[in-house]
Amino acid sequence: MLNSDYVRVEHLSHRFHLTRKIAIDALKDVSFAIDRGEILGLVGESGSGKSTVARCVMGILKPTGGRVIYDGIDVNAAKLSRDENVRLQKERQIIFQDSGSALNPRMSVRRILSEPLDIHGLSRDREAREKLLIQNLDFVGLDPGVLESRPGELSGGQRQRVSIARALLMKPKLIVADEPIASLDVSIQAQIVNLFKHLQAEHGFTFLFIAHDLAMVEFLCDRVGVMSKGRLVELAPTRQLYDSPQHPYTKALLAAMPIPDPRRERSREIPVYHAPEYVTRQEWTRVGFDHYVLMER
Amino acid sequence: MSNLLEINDLSVSFDTPEGEVQAVRDVSLSLPEGKVLALVGESGCGKSVLCRSVMKLLPRTAKIKSGSIMADGVDITNYGERDMRKLRGRMFAMVFQDPMTTLNPVMPVGDQIAEAVRVHNRRISRTDAHRRAVEMMELVGIERAEERSRLYPYNFSGGMRQRSVMAIALASNPRILFADEPTTALDVTIQAQILDLFREIQATLHTATLFVTHDLGVVARVADLVAVMYAGRIVELGTVEDIFYDPRHPYTWGLLQALPAWSRGRDMLNAIPGMPPSLIHPPRGDAFACRNPYALGIDYLEQPPMFRISETHSAATWLLDPAAPKVQSPIHGGPHAEQ
Repeated sequence: MLNSDYVRVEHLSHRFHLTRKIAIDALKDVSFAIDRGEILGLVGESGSGKSTVARCVMGILKPTGGRVIYDGIDVNAAKLSRDENVRLQKERQIIFQDSGSALNPRMSVRRILSEPLDIHGLSRDREAREKLLIQNLDFVGLDPGVLESRPGELSGGQRQRVSIARALLMKPKLIVADEPIASLDVSIQAQIVNLFKHLQAEHGFTFLFIAHDLAMVEFLCDRVGVMSKGRLVELAPTRQLYDSPQHPYTKALLAAMPIPDPRRERSREIPVYHAPEYVTRQEWTRVGFDHYVLMER
Repeated sequence: MSNLLEINDLSVSFDTPEGEVQAVRDVSLSLPEGKVLALVGESGCGKSVLCRSVMKLLPRTAKIKSGSIMADGVDITNYGERDMRKLRGRMFAMVFQDPMTTLNPVMPVGDQIAEAVRVHNRRISRTDAHRRAVEMMELVGIERAEERSRLYPYNFSGGMRQRSVMAIALASNPRILFADEPTTALDVTIQAQILDLFREIQATLHTATLFVTHDLGVVARVADLVAVMYAGRIVELGTVEDIFYDPRHPYTWGLLQALPAWSRGRDMLNAIPGMPPSLIHPPRGDAFACRNPYALGIDYLEQPPMFRISETHSAATWLLDPAAPKVQSPIHGGPHAEQ
C-alpha cells in the first residue's frame, strides 16, 4: 500500500497527554499513501483519529511517532530549507469543517482571500489581484458581490465556498478537507460535493477527503480508508470496499447507512460493532487488488 | 385518536435591526397521540423556531403574530412564563442536538436524571428519585444502570450521553417530546440505535414526538408523519409513505434527489441550485419558485394554497391545480430502481 511516493504516511502515531497521568493514543501505527491526482477518502466514527491524521499531514500537529513525507520532504523534519518550507506551505492547503470558526469574523472576504497572497507576495498588482479574486470566487460559484461581506453575513454553504476559494488561490497540489460538508444541509452538501468533483477534474489536485457520511464518500472518492479507535482497519478502491467489505467495523458502518425508503429501512436490523477491548496482534493483509485489511493473527 | 398538539395558522416573527424576519408563516399542523412527526427542511426554514415557539423558548425579540397553539385541548397561545413552567416537563420535553452541552459535566448522570424527577414531583424522596432515575436509564437502554448512574458525562460515549438526555426528558412523563436534530452529533452506527429507541419509547409510553431533522434517511427510519418546510411554510404534509413513494412538491423531489443514493453510478449529484431566500422580505408568490425547475408563471405572483391529494396528504404547489400542465414526478420506484 505504500506504492506511491507523492504523499506517504508511515507508521504514524500520536498520543495526546490530557493530564500528567492520562494519555490517549489518538493514532496507532497508521500507514498509507496517496497517489498524485487521487481522491482518497477517510471515514470512521468520531474520535477514531481521522482529524489527527489530517492535522499531522498538514504539519499542524507533530506526531509522536512515524512520519509524513510530502513529495520527498519530511513534513516534520527539524530542519528544512527555505525553499522546502515555502513549497510545503503553498502546495498543501486545508479546508476545515466549521467555516464559521475557520474564517476571521472581523475580516471582509476580500481580506480573508488576500491574506495568503500577501504572505507569499503574490499578485501585488491591484488590478491583477482583483481579477484573480473574482476568478477564484467564480470557480466556487460565488458572486464578486461577497468580497465586501463579512463571514457572519454569509450562509454556511457560502462560507464553506469562501474557505474553498481561499485554499484554491494558492494553486495547491494537495488539498486536505476535514469534514468539509458535515455542518451543511443535505441539498447544500450535494452542491459542495459536486463542486469538489468538478474542481478536482479541472485543476487535478490530490485530495484527502475526511468524512463520516459514507454515501458522499462513495460518490466522490477513488479509494477509501476506514479508521476505528486510532487504527486504519481497511483500505481499498471505493467500489471494492462497498461491494465486499472485509473488516467487521467496515461492515457495520456500511450496514448502518440509512436507505431513503421507509419500508426497506424499517424492516432491516442494524448490526452493532463492539471493538475488542484488548487487541491481540494484528497484521495488514492483502485480500484483493489494492485491498488491505487489518486482521488478527 | 386525539390530537395532542394542534397548531393553527401560526405566524412567528423576529424583530431585527434589518427588519422583521418572518420565520414561521401560516403553519397548521396536528400531532396525534403515539405518532412521530418529522419536520424536514434546510436550515433557516423555520423548523426549530416552530418547535421553540410551542415550548415558548424563543428570545424576546420573537412574537407570535397570529394563529393558535392547542396542547391537549387547551389554548396555550398566550401563556406567559409562569404558566409555561407548569407545562414544561409535564406536557412538553425537549431533546437537543448536542448531548455534551445539554448535560452538566460536573454532576453524575444519575443525579441529573433524579433532579429532573424531583423538579416535577416535589414530594418524592431522594432515594425514590434515584430509584426512578435508574429505572429511566434502563428504559432508554443503558446497561448496568445502577452502577453507571454514579458516572459523569465524560465517562459516557456519545450514544450513551444522548440516551441519558432522553432519560432526563422522559423523567417527568411528558405527553409531547420535541427532538431537535438529536442524532446529528452521533455516528451512523449509533444513530440507528437512537432512532429505534425513539420508536420503542413511542410504543411503550404513547407520547407524541415532533422530530426536527434535515436528513431524509433519518426520517425514513423514525417518522410516521412528515411535514416538509420551506421558507417558514409547510409545503407538503403526509404520511411517511406519501412523502417517500408519492411526493408532489418540487422541493420534496429536490430534497429526495439530493441524497447520494439517487445518484449511484452517475457523475454529479442532483443538488438543488441556489439557497433558501431571506425571510426579511420573503419573495412574492411561491418562495421556492426561483430554485424550482418546474416553476409556472403563477408561482412568481401568487402563493399556492394547500391542495388536498388524499385524506392524509396535501401539498402547496400550483402543479396540483387542475389547470396546471401535467408534470411527471422524477421520483418513482425508489432510489435504486434506476441502477
